[in-house]
Amino acid sequence: MRQRTVEILVGLFMIVGMASLAFLAIQVSGLSIQAPEQTYKLYADFNDIGGLQVRGKVSLAGVTIGRIGAITLDRKTYQAKVEMDIYRSVDNIPTDSIAVIRTAGLLGEKYVDISVGADTKNMKAGDYFYSTQSALNLEKLIGSFAAGNK
Amino acid sequence: MLDSVANLGRRAMNFMSSVGRSGLFLSNSLVGVPQLRTGFPLLMKQLYSIGVLSLAIIVVSGLFIGMVLGLQGYNILIDYGSQQSIGVMVALTLVRELGPVVTALLFAGRAGSALTAEIGLMKATEQLSSMEMMGVDPLRRVIAPRLWAGFISMPILSMIFCAVGIWGGMLVAVKWLGVYDGSYWTNMQAAVVFSDDIVNGIIKSVVFGFVCTWIAVYQGYDCVPTSEGISAATTKTVVFSSLAVLGLDFILTAVMFGGF
Repeated sequence: MRQRTVEILVGLFMIVGMASLAFLAIQVSGLSIQAPEQTYKLYADFNDIGGLQVRGKVSLAGVTIGRIGAITLDRKTYQAKVEMDIYRSVDNIPTDSIAVIRTAGLLGEKYVDISVGADTKNMKAGDYFYSTQSALNLEKLIGSFAAGNK
Repeated sequence: MLDSVANLGRRAMNFMSSVGRSGLFLSNSLVGVPQLRTGFPLLMKQLYSIGVLSLAIIVVSGLFIGMVLGLQGYNILIDYGSQQSIGVMVALTLVRELGPVVTALLFAGRAGSALTAEIGLMKATEQLSSMEMMGVDPLRRVIAPRLWAGFISMPILSMIFCAVGIWGGMLVAVKWLGVYDGSYWTNMQAAVVFSDDIVNGIIKSVVFGFVCTWIAVYQGYDCVPTSEGISAATTKTVVFSSLAVLGLDFILTAVMFGGF
């Protein structure tokens, strides 16, 4: 076969390969081309994170506004310290907002939901949520029912 | 008794020396300044015979594997009422595992065996030694373009396989079984992570491409230059490549998704 035909077919092969990669990236993994959003950090101390994971989402009114950056144990208070990366565009979270760990669906993943407060001042980078609500532990709940506790 | 011990020792030595030879062979053919003017057309020709000509079998098997995944997955998931997750299942199965592995197995059968037979016959008909006589290094002239073509083709073929398979799964699940196509794609996009799943799949296919081509070319180059030798080398290529791919796949999966 002539060299030129071979080159054209190989070129076509490469292009089909690139197109497949683009298809996998955009249509299958939903990768968006824009750069990752700028974030700032907020912290919250929970008594029990109950399966919350790093890279889980942080949402406000159901809209994702950031994700979990790191989870560490505070050695002094024995609480879980959760570091959240919140998008720069959401810079008006009132200081008396509450961070609540919720479950998506009945058996879904855990995420942090922010219940908005009414303060006129907003949280800045590095601030702590003044109040938190730990994960609802189904087993504990059933256990306390079974034991007859309130 | 003593004989069998000696035999075992000889086998071990032979094995070691062939591993050593294959390593030397690889480094000799890949290290060095690439000659773009003469090398490029050779690479093109190999990309054509290894990559382009493998396209048909890859596309057809990808399509059918995707369709079967769609069909089987639907029948299992419908019991739990979660047939919307079928897109996730098809995409993750293909991108993480079946894409790279099945492509590598098909590649070993389709292109690897051909490489071994071709190089083996070149050796048997003394084309390789006559090249050496003319002062042309067969490693650079014959082997290197084939190795590179294999390394380049394999990831591309694997990506095409995944894309076609996911499309085939869509065909069965959405067009035939009536899963809502919005949930097919959105659930998939929510579950598949580019930097984890797809990049790891591509890394796998690069590794498999490397191993399969290396085995194929080395077996051809190292074969006994007789008709039996060539046929044995071709068999070895397919067997060794398949075993290497499946074994490496387990290791890579354990490293990538095993959580250590």
